[in-house]
Amino acid sequence: MGPLGDSIEENPGLYSRYARRYARLVTMPSSALTAAHPLKDVASSDSALRRFLHGLPGVDAVGLEGRAASLGTRSIKTTAKAYAIDLAISMVDLTTLEGADTPGKVRALGAKAVKPDPTDRTTPATAAVCVYPDMVAVAKEAVAGSGVKVASVATAFPAGRAALDVKLADVRDAVAAGADEIDMVIDRGAFLSGRYVKVYDEITAVKEACGTSARLKVIFETGELSTYDNIRRASWLGMLAGADFIKTSTGKVAVNATPANTLLMLEAVRDFRDQTGIQVGVKPAGGIRTSKDAIKFLVLVNETAGEDWLDNHWFRFGASSLLNDLLMQRQKLATGRYSGPDYVTVD
Amino acid sequence: MTMENVSSVFEYAPAPESRAIADIAPSYGLFIDGEFVEAADGKVFKTVSPSTEEVLSEIAQAGSEDVDRAVKAARRAFEKWSALPGAERAKYLFRIARIIQERSRELAVLETLDNGKPIKETRDADLPLVAAHFFYYAGWADKLDHAGYGANPRPLGVAGQVIPWNFPLLMLAWKIAPALATGNTVVLKPAETTPLSALFFADICRQAGLPKGVVNILPGYGDAGAALIAHPDVNKVAFTGSTAVGKEIARTVAGTRKKVTLELGGKGANIVFDDAPIDQAVEGIVNGIFFNQGQVCCAGSRLLVQESIQEELLESLKRRLSTLRLGDPLDKNTDIGAINSEEQLTRITSLVEQGEAEGAERWSPACELPESGYWFAPTLFTNVTQAHRIARDEIFGPVLSVLTFRTPDEAVAKANNTPYGLSAGIWTEKGSRILAVANKLRAGVVWSNTFNKFDPTSPFGGYKESGFGREGGRHGLEAYLAPSSPEGER
Repeated sequence: MGPLGDSIEENPGLYSRYARRYARLVTMPSSALTAAHPLKDVASSDSALRRFLHGLPGVDAVGLEGRAASLGTRSIKTTAKAYAIDLAISMVDLTTLEGADTPGKVRALGAKAVKPDPTDRTTPATAAVCVYPDMVAVAKEAVAGSGVKVASVATAFPAGRAALDVKLADVRDAVAAGADEIDMVIDRGAFLSGRYVKVYDEITAVKEACGTSARLKVIFETGELSTYDNIRRASWLGMLAGADFIKTSTGKVAVNATPANTLLMLEAVRDFRDQTGIQVGVKPAGGIRTSKDAIKFLVLVNETAGEDWLDNHWFRFGASSLLNDLLMQRQKLATGRYSGPDYVTVD
Repeated sequence: MTMENVSSVFEYAPAPESRAIADIAPSYGLFIDGEFVEAADGKVFKTVSPSTEEVLSEIAQAGSEDVDRAVKAARRAFEKWSALPGAERAKYLFRIARIIQERSRELAVLETLDNGKPIKETRDADLPLVAAHFFYYAGWADKLDHAGYGANPRPLGVAGQVIPWNFPLLMLAWKIAPALATGNTVVLKPAETTPLSALFFADICRQAGLPKGVVNILPGYGDAGAALIAHPDVNKVAFTGSTAVGKEIARTVAGTRKKVTLELGGKGANIVFDDAPIDQAVEGIVNGIFFNQGQVCCAGSRLLVQESIQEELLESLKRRLSTLRLGDPLDKNTDIGAINSEEQLTRITSLVEQGEAEGAERWSPACELPESGYWFAPTLFTNVTQAHRIARDEIFGPVLSVLTFRTPDEAVAKANNTPYGLSAGIWTEKGSRILAVANKLRAGVVWSNTFNKFDPTSPFGGYKESGFGREGGRHGLEAYLAPSSPEGER
């Protein structure tokens, strides 16, 4: 496709800009790209998709990390801190993804998600609990009536190494059990070997399996994609295929969410909305353990994507131990002194 | 106070750094021969905080008699200082570097108060670089035989150094560290609007036990600087400042045996190609022109953007500018502080008005300026051509002129089409283009995919009217050494 023919090779940046220019002419009422959208057929073949993704502006690693570090020096105090802590609590996807998970464990987690701090009922609930598909029904019951969502990882999480049928069955199971959100993993092997259409098709198939009842989070496992250029390309690939959220990691590999890779994904959702009118959420997951870290991520959101993303419909933290630290900091702000791990609940 | 209109939901509460840590005395003397003394004619001047116009202290104002006293003290100290083994001089420099690190919070607050720049910059850029510069040259002091200037290179004698107000303590470090490492003694005149950090440095010299007379500090005005440069017993002149004053200095020292280095103005081109990493280029452009309110000789004050991405880049740039936070320089979240002086503010204002009168299109983000103090909103000019004054004159303020180009050749031609030649930036993901373009740019410093990065190991200096000589790195030693002069002759 495309009006540019051979000049694409000489001038890769131009291609995306053409797409971008055309995109402005189209209004986007729905939450997915319509068939008429000029970005829609970039996925018509591996080579077309490759041209598009490789035509996105490159990422300078030093500059990106420098910007993330510099935003990390923002000093968030007093009223701003109180706001940020409550916001962060409301954005937590309280997660347990262990082989040892039991209904008891999931019920405890659900109770905590609904009322994170039993000593202070003004504490906001978390956004969701995140569990494996076989625990969705239990989780659903535990949070019933509270507004807390149930998210379920699916698609042969975390490696994603299974046939598409199996992955889709996994998703359908979770959705049938009542999952409000599906966290899928992409096929990193296919992505790294350049089979972008395979990745794209899997996402669209999972999206279809989610139907209208579940929002789809697409996990890239950024630690395995390794380069920032890849993370930007994966972000666009996921968004083009219909992701409602793009998510950094499974929490199961060495490098999970970092300020730099989250900043990059925030730039991607910002640019995608500019061009298509579609807003996509971001979820850093894994490795965010302290309030201080969480606040740094919120600063990234605030100064990159902007206030439209400062809401748990558009930004989440995939975390487990983070919540207790947020609660302890919240108690500190309320009482003026630090409590300790015995004053928040163990999961 | 802030121009942040991106978010009203997540409003950052004030986070001021405590100013109590910088204990500023009501008055200071000149630092001559290890003592703080009054000016011979008893004159004093006031230094103010540019963000509030509050008077910070009253400072003795050096005159020509004081210059003579200071040069004599430096001459007396020279004999012993230059005869010390390099390793001994290094000990003093290492000690100074460590004291600077230990007192860095105090010095950062002080510099922010006296200069008006944000605490974020003094804390994260100025002070770490100051300490690094002393550490770096301390390392050279006992290795001068291996610096490439012959065996046993000799110091020149007394160095007369005049520094500007934009990076008061950092420029002091650039001047004093190599001078002392090579065995010279120093008389340094800080700028009249920012004398305080140099006077605190004098205290650090005493704390480090530096022998009397090795470093002398003479706060004062241009007349004191002129007297210092013209003094017959000064062997070496080092100046950082405006091109106009630099030319005057060159005339003064012409025909004398004084060795000179001049680091003068600039009109740096920041060249953004269509295959640049756009988000990082935007950060680099912001850092290039709004770091230190654009009061930087190597600022990227001309943005040369490839025509095909102009619209996209400017859109991103404007969005980014509207997130900059302008206000109290002591607030840890402030990005843009105050302009250093009323005089500088007037100059910026007048050049910007000329830019508008010449038909360039002016843009600033929505921005409320504080009522007292000297402030200027970040400003962008589009529709600028090589014929506009704002594309040619150094504004030395937070004002960016945006020009376009079509081909790499045109970018190089436009970048070089200036009487200056201090800095340039190249933004492209194509490595071969970086090398090809950098080789054609007549600028002393060329950054690729970054801007305003400094390191003591890297030489810095200009082409053409941006001056001559290099500061920093091994090259920076040359300005303070006499490689071939016979011993005894200075």
